[in-house]
Parts: sequence; structure tokens; C-alpha cells
Amino acid sequence: MATDTQLDLWEVFIQSRNGSHHMHAGSVHASDRKMALQNARDIYTRRGEGSSIWVVPANSIVASNPDDADMFFDPADDKVYRHPTFYVMPEGAKQI
Amino acid sequence: MANINELKYTYSLRIADNAWILSHRLSEWCSNGPLLEEDLALTNIALDLIGRAQTFYNYAAQLEGKGKTADDLAYRRNERQYYNNLLAEMPNGNFADTIARQLLMSVYEYYFFMSLQNSKDETFAALAVKTLKEVKYHMAHAADWTVRLGDGTEESHEKAQQAIDNLWMYTGELFEADETDTALIAQGLGVDNPSLHSLWETHIKNVLEEATLRLPTADYMQTGGRKGVHTEHLGHMLGEMQYLQRAYPDAKW
Amino acid sequence: MSINTAPAIDDARLSKFEESVQRGDAVEPRDWMPEAYRRHLIRQISQHAHSEVIGMQPEGNWITRAPSIRAKQILLAKIQDEGGHGLYLYSAAETLGISREEMIEQLQTGKAKYSNIFNYPTLTWADIGAIGWLVDGAAIVNQVSLQRTSYGPYSRAMVRICKEESFHQRQGYEIMATMMKGTPEQREMAQDAMNRWWWPSLMMFGPHDSDSPHSSDAFRWKIKRHSNDELRTKFIDKTVQQAEVIGLTIPDPELKWNEATGHYDHGEINWEEFYRVIQGNGQCNKQRIAHHKKAHNDGAWVRAAAEAYKVKQAVKNN
Repeated sequence: MATDTQLDLWEVFIQSRNGSHHMHAGSVHASDRKMALQNARDIYTRRGEGSSIWVVPANSIVASNPDDADMFFDPADDKVYRHPTFYVMPEGAKQI
Repeated sequence: MANINELKYTYSLRIADNAWILSHRLSEWCSNGPLLEEDLALTNIALDLIGRAQTFYNYAAQLEGKGKTADDLAYRRNERQYYNNLLAEMPNGNFADTIARQLLMSVYEYYFFMSLQNSKDETFAALAVKTLKEVKYHMAHAADWTVRLGDGTEESHEKAQQAIDNLWMYTGELFEADETDTALIAQGLGVDNPSLHSLWETHIKNVLEEATLRLPTADYMQTGGRKGVHTEHLGHMLGEMQYLQRAYPDAKW
Repeated sequence: MSINTAPAIDDARLSKFEESVQRGDAVEPRDWMPEAYRRHLIRQISQHAHSEVIGMQPEGNWITRAPSIRAKQILLAKIQDEGGHGLYLYSAAETLGISREEMIEQLQTGKAKYSNIFNYPTLTWADIGAIGWLVDGAAIVNQVSLQRTSYGPYSRAMVRICKEESFHQRQGYEIMATMMKGTPEQREMAQDAMNRWWWPSLMMFGPHDSDSPHSSDAFRWKIKRHSNDELRTKFIDKTVQQAEVIGLTIPDPELKWNEATGHYDHGEINWEEFYRVIQGNGQCNKQRIAHHKKAHNDGAWVRAAAEAYKVKQAVKNN
């Protein structure tokens, strides 16, 4: 017998209801898009968890490298002026 | 002639039996699927069918009015008292056999429940609307796999063709109309089965074409399910299914 | 980079890793991790996944004989959940760089283990109750503790699994409770199942802490959060009360409440049996693997067809 295949790996994102974000739910194996979508439906929405599903071939995802975390994410730490709490509101002024 | 409730009872029982017997077959796939994901997919279909069987058995029991439960109907009848179509009881065989059975059956169910939505019986109509949602998914699942197997490898192509060919002679009885059907059709309560045949065949033909498979021909179509005359397979299934109910008739589980 | 500096870099990474784990930070797939951590996780997660998948068989043995529509529905849904859980766990293990193909091969060649409990046969319907109540009850105690395990994908899988499994233990207990309220034959069947499943369920937590070979690293790296004996005691404390409520006897004459510790003391587990079954001499070891292989081999042409179809479509679309 030829080497076994368990088909390709896909990542599954589920939107729990309209208006919310698609969240990563897990993975499935499938050989094509339709199968990936159906498998995701059968595995991740058995308890009514979803109103929409995205499936993405796992090898199409580009991920940041943890070794780059310093240069990627640390420079944002000292930009306190991007947050509303940085600003002093005059006493008595109401929030918009 | 039987009164209207008796006719509707028989009708509901037939629909329930088809779902119940087919669900039993699909449940046999559990832990035997070709891929873990597919194992779960087949179980989902089985669970839809069990749910459907339960609702139609409940309705049948209510129409009969003898205080029976859905379980009494599902478990306490003899072989000649089940009215499912023969196609539903066909053994699982290999994966292609199961997919072919799913395709032939779910496409039939699609047109059947589309039509039953318009029944003047409110319960039938409401149950048909709900059922149709499941059936559409079952049909998509079966059609997609038919295409993958038909247009996959040489081996899968052969198996898929063989499966369709073997089951073809059990499709004729899906489109029969007996006295029960005719009486219910006349009152706008039941589905005009014979009228669904060409729609069904065109649909199947299109799927098979995409799957590079050919539409079989049959010299003779088997019949008998609606009269309780079954294949040898059903008795074995019931022997297993009814074992506890029969061995401990007084027990509740 | 010269070869000579490599160990120094690894040492630095190791201490950074261990500090971060000590702080309670989760480890994510692309983070640097010691090889031993990776190997430990692969072994543990894949074994956990295999247990879920092989665990489908003993219960699957009763699907076609389930005694009511409701019972059949619940059992099928439960076994399906187990398949799903196997799948979540395989996915978690895959993030560590092992493929599902490799894991299946390890299972089938005996290189990877699965939970010993599934090498016992399900002989009557009451066994389905006992599995749900005792086996899933034991599993959930273990799994709840793993929700806070240090490896992110494993922990996330466990959170999802625990959420879904909460009904499993209840359905088993309900089967037992119903049978205990039933006919004398049903009560006898329930007690018989209890007698056969109690001790193997206790064995599920593994050897006593003093005899547990893989524990120390697992604790330091926060893969494991509670010891075997701690978890076993927790399970016993919960279960004895439930057994009493429905009138089942625990088959352990030495079982008694210990005021001083606030826990039950129990009789000694038959470790000889435990090791015998692990080594392959349980009643169903060979049967379970043969079943798995058969389904796997019977499905090979289906998977090959799906692959071939994909390739043909790709050619068509180019």
C-alpha cells in the first residue's frame, strides 16, 4: 500500500452569531474546500456554536515569529498617548 | 376505506420507518469511518435521522390514539410490520455503497419533503419544513462524495459505479403510490410520489455526470417495503436492535 | 554563529522558558521549548487522543442494541463527541510537529499507548452506564486539572473538551440510576457492571505517585498540575456518594471514610492486573487495534480518491 494520507490540515474560524468576530476554533483534515467546510461544520458547530465558518489551508497562514516579538510588539508599549486614559479631562466636563 | 387518521398514521409511520432504519445503518459506521472527520459526519446524519424518526413516530402514536409511545413503535413491531423502503435497509457495504445509498435516498427525500411542505395537514407541513433543512445537507454531503469517488482514482470510480448499479433496482418503489398514497394525495395531504420521479432522475443524472459515472438501467425494480415485505437484511437488524426490549419486556431503560 | 556558543544560547533559552512557565505564561507552538518538553507533550497528547478514539469502540459495541430511541441518540452523540475530542487532541499534537499519519502509525504498531480501560469488554447495557459514570467520571477529574496545563493548544483543547464532556458522566449515572429503580434483573446487571468497572476506573489515574516514572518534569513544566493519587482520591470522594444515593455497593470491603484526612481510604489496587493489561494482555488489546487497523485500511482507497480528485481539480483550474 502507498504511504497513508490523512488529507490536508485546515484551520477553522467560527463566528458565533452575526456581528461578532470569527474566532479560531481548531483544525480539521480535508482534501478540498467543500470537505473542509463540511467537516468544520460537523465538528465545531454540533451544539449550535456557529452562524458562519471560515476554513483556511493551514499552510496559507503567515504567522509572526516569536523571536521577532521584541521588535514587533515592544515598541507599542510606550505609546501611552494612544490610549484615552492618557488625557486629562477638565473637571466637570462630561464624556462624549 | 380507512378513515383519515388511519391513513395519516400509516403515512407517518412510513416516514418514521425510513428514517429509523436508515439511521441504524449509518450508526453502524461509528468508529469505522475512512477518516475521523467522516466518522463524525456520518454520525451527524444518523442523529438527524433518529430525531426525524422520533418526531414522526410520536405523530403516528398520537394519530393512532392507543397510548403507544415512539419507542413502542420503533422497537415492538415484527418484521412484517415495518414499512420502510427497501433501499433504507440495504447493508452499508463499503464507503461507496453507503454514499450511493445516501445519494439515492436523500435526493428522493429532498423532493418528497419539498412537496410535503404544502400538505394540508399542518403537522406534516411543519415537520417537512424542519426536515428539509437536514435533507439539503445530507444531499450535499452525498453528492460531493459521489463526485470525489467517481472522479477520484480508477478503483474508487469502479466502486462508485458498482454501488449505484447494485442499488438501482431498489429505487423504483420510492415512486410508487398505493391506496394510502392515492387517498392522501386526493385530499391534498400526501405527496404525489410518481410525479417526483423525473425530477429525481434528472437530479441524480446530473450528479453522476459530474462524477463521470453513468446512470444505470434496471430490467426490474424490486418492491415490497410499503407492504412490509422486506429483504433478508431487515430481520437481522431488528434482532439486534430489539434485543433488550424483547428480552426484558417489563424493563424501562 | 560558532558551534561553541550553541549550548550557552540553549541554556539561556532554557532558563527563559522555565521562568516563563513558572510565571504561569502559556507556551505557544512557535515558542522555543526544550526537546524533552516537546517529546513529553507529544507522548501525552497523542496518548490522550488515541484513548478518545479507541474509546469509541467499547461503547460503539452497544449502539445497535441501545434499548430506546433516546438512549441510542444520547449514546451516538456521546461517542461522536469522543471522536471529536480525539480530533481536537490530534490537532493539538500536530502543532508540535508530528503528523496525524505518524501518530496513527505509532498507535497501530504499539509504540504509542492509549488508556488501559478500553481493553476491558462491554458485556451488558449496564456497562454503558458504568463507562459513562465511572470512566468518564474519572476522565473528567483528570481533564479538568489539565485545562490549566502549560501548553496553549493542549489547554485550549481541554477547555473545549471539558465543556462538551459535562453531559457524559451524567448520562452514565442516569442509566445506572434508572436500572437501579428497575426490575431485579436490571439491578443485578447494574451491580455486576459496577463490580467489573470500579477497579479498572481507579487504575485510570495511573500508578501511585511514588511509582510514577514521568512525573517530575511534567510538574516542573506545569504540564501536569495534580498528582495521580490526588486525582484518584478526588474521584473516589465524589463517586462513593453517588453510588450510595442509587443503592449501588462499591466492591471494596476496605473502603471507609477517614475523618482525619477528610477523604476515603481504599483497598489496594491490583497493580499486577494493571501492568498485565498495559503490556498487551487485556481481553481486548488485540481486538481494539485490529478494529482500528481494519477501519483505517478499509478507508485507504477513500482517502486516496479524495486526494486524486483534489489533484485533478487543481489541474483543471490552472
